[in-house]
Amino acid sequence: MRSQSMRSNSFRKFLYISPFMLLLAVFAYYPLYGWVYAFFDYTPPIPLSQSEFVGFKWFHSLVENQVKIDQLMQVIWNTFGISGLGILFSWLPMIFAIFLTEIKAVRFRKFIQTVTTLPNFISWVLVYSLAFSMFSSEGMVNGFLHMTGLTDSPTMFLQSSEHVWWTMWAWATWKTLGWSAILYIAAIMGIDESLYEAAYVDGATRMQVIRHVVLPSMMPTYFVLLMLQIASFLNNGLEQYFVFQNAFNKDTIQVLDLYVYNLAMGGGSYSVSVAISMLKSVISVVLLFSVNGLSKMLRGEGIV
Amino acid sequence: MSDNQTSLTPNTREIDITKKTVKMQVSATDKIISTIIYILFSLFAFMCVYPFYSIIINTISANDLSAKGEIIFWPKGIHFQNYIDVFKIPGLGNAFMISLGRTVIGTLLTVGASAFLGFMFAQEDMWGKKFWYRFTIITMFFNAGIIPWYLTMRSLHLTDNFLAYILPSVVAPFFIILVKTFVEATPKELQQAASIDGAGIFTIFYKVILPISKPILATVAIFSAVNQWNSFQDTLLLVTDSKLYSLQFILYNYINQASSLSTMVNLQNAGSTAMATLATKQTSTSIRMTVTIIVVAPILLVYPIFQRFFVKGIIIGAVKG
Repeated sequence: MRSQSMRSNSFRKFLYISPFMLLLAVFAYYPLYGWVYAFFDYTPPIPLSQSEFVGFKWFHSLVENQVKIDQLMQVIWNTFGISGLGILFSWLPMIFAIFLTEIKAVRFRKFIQTVTTLPNFISWVLVYSLAFSMFSSEGMVNGFLHMTGLTDSPTMFLQSSEHVWWTMWAWATWKTLGWSAILYIAAIMGIDESLYEAAYVDGATRMQVIRHVVLPSMMPTYFVLLMLQIASFLNNGLEQYFVFQNAFNKDTIQVLDLYVYNLAMGGGSYSVSVAISMLKSVISVVLLFSVNGLSKMLRGEGIV
Repeated sequence: MSDNQTSLTPNTREIDITKKTVKMQVSATDKIISTIIYILFSLFAFMCVYPFYSIIINTISANDLSAKGEIIFWPKGIHFQNYIDVFKIPGLGNAFMISLGRTVIGTLLTVGASAFLGFMFAQEDMWGKKFWYRFTIITMFFNAGIIPWYLTMRSLHLTDNFLAYILPSVVAPFFIILVKTFVEATPKELQQAASIDGAGIFTIFYKVILPISKPILATVAIFSAVNQWNSFQDTLLLVTDSKLYSLQFILYNYINQASSLSTMVNLQNAGSTAMATLATKQTSTSIRMTVTIIVVAPILLVYPIFQRFFVKGIIIGAVKG
């Protein structure tokens, strides 16, 4: 009798959260149904129900001739380049945190921390607006170069196809470095004090303490974040590349997310775009499971 | 306040140790390294602050000078005309209301839902709890892609619809993790006592959980508000009706159309008695920068006050997530 009322009680609890689960189903799961567009010859305004089923035609079309292969390869190359730079410098926040906590002047350290986390909280549109103000032909940087007589004619920093991967990496780093360091600062806070004491008693210098005490204690955090970064290798996001793209840098800035957007919203090729999206999502999930498996193998526990 | 501040200054006790025992070992290299650290951090801090500072001084400087990029370190010819003129651009006031509206409504709903779901997932007995929790959390790790998302949103008639700004972010897994972790750390006796007194689940949530969860809900609120205010992609994908443009979207458009807008504002001003001088005449630079400051101002004002909540949020999230 009692257990029955408990069971009905537990079901009632589920009923209370069911509206939210429905929202989640609609906004997080139902979009997966959008993948069916990849198998139809969909051209708006003709609705999907009247579109022709074409099977894997769009997937084949991605590699049907050399021009298309080259185009897709360039996009994949950009994605690998920009994500690769991110992974190559993934240790930066860790080093930032280590040296920040080394600063003894408390006020200075707090000031640095506050100021360097700020850019994380502004949108990419705002970042672009700041970039435009600083680096456009009438911007502050060109104004400064002109005033000091270093250059005669303005340098086109933004409308350039040169070093696009590096500038994109630099903006992303500018935006997130201080913020990403917080997790490592938390990890440093968690280090057992007796480790420091022992090291100092043994006569270790600051650099030696960093190398033999601080760095090893941060490796678990670093490892998890690196794995997550690898798992999202193909997901550069759209906004940063969308706002910074222009006619000059289009070839080198188009990462998969931007390419998919441009194909559909710019070119109207919805079906092809969905096909690429779909491949991307599937590969991403496989990547996530792989790094999770790797983590289980190396550390005995997964990351998700 | 103090709680978090101490937690952010890790080695306070170690510092004493360093002073006592390491004094002799402070070598020349250590000093050089310290100096380099200070210089590098100062440089990076400058890079983080200067863009904001320079745009602010430009918006209050003579517009003919700012257009030539001559305002670099301090303002020249201070005036505030730009902040009056910029609201003559049609649509800016409306976009401001849209952004404000989605931030307020969106944040309220997200905080409410996160609090309730975090609380419910901390319950021991719920039908299929494990499954529904996974069902929620998993959505952090995959998505269908923006175009499939766009196509399905369109099929649900959520294009050119204010609800599209609010509904998708109501159930936010990351925030739910934050609240659940927090609730699980509170003494079970509180809920049990209320339950023995005959309180139902909603009474417990409202009378017991909400009051004690204030710190974590503040964190969720501030994250959610910043997300809403900064959101750009949903307008880009889902909205073509200019009445629903958000401030971020309008800023993006203005960056590219600033010169035509400045001409328009100048024409409007030409009719009025106060003829604009060269210093107060709108240029594409002045329009662009003034709108930028209006869009970024709420963040700049809110951020220093609430910084500790952000830090708390990411640390709890990382430990648990």
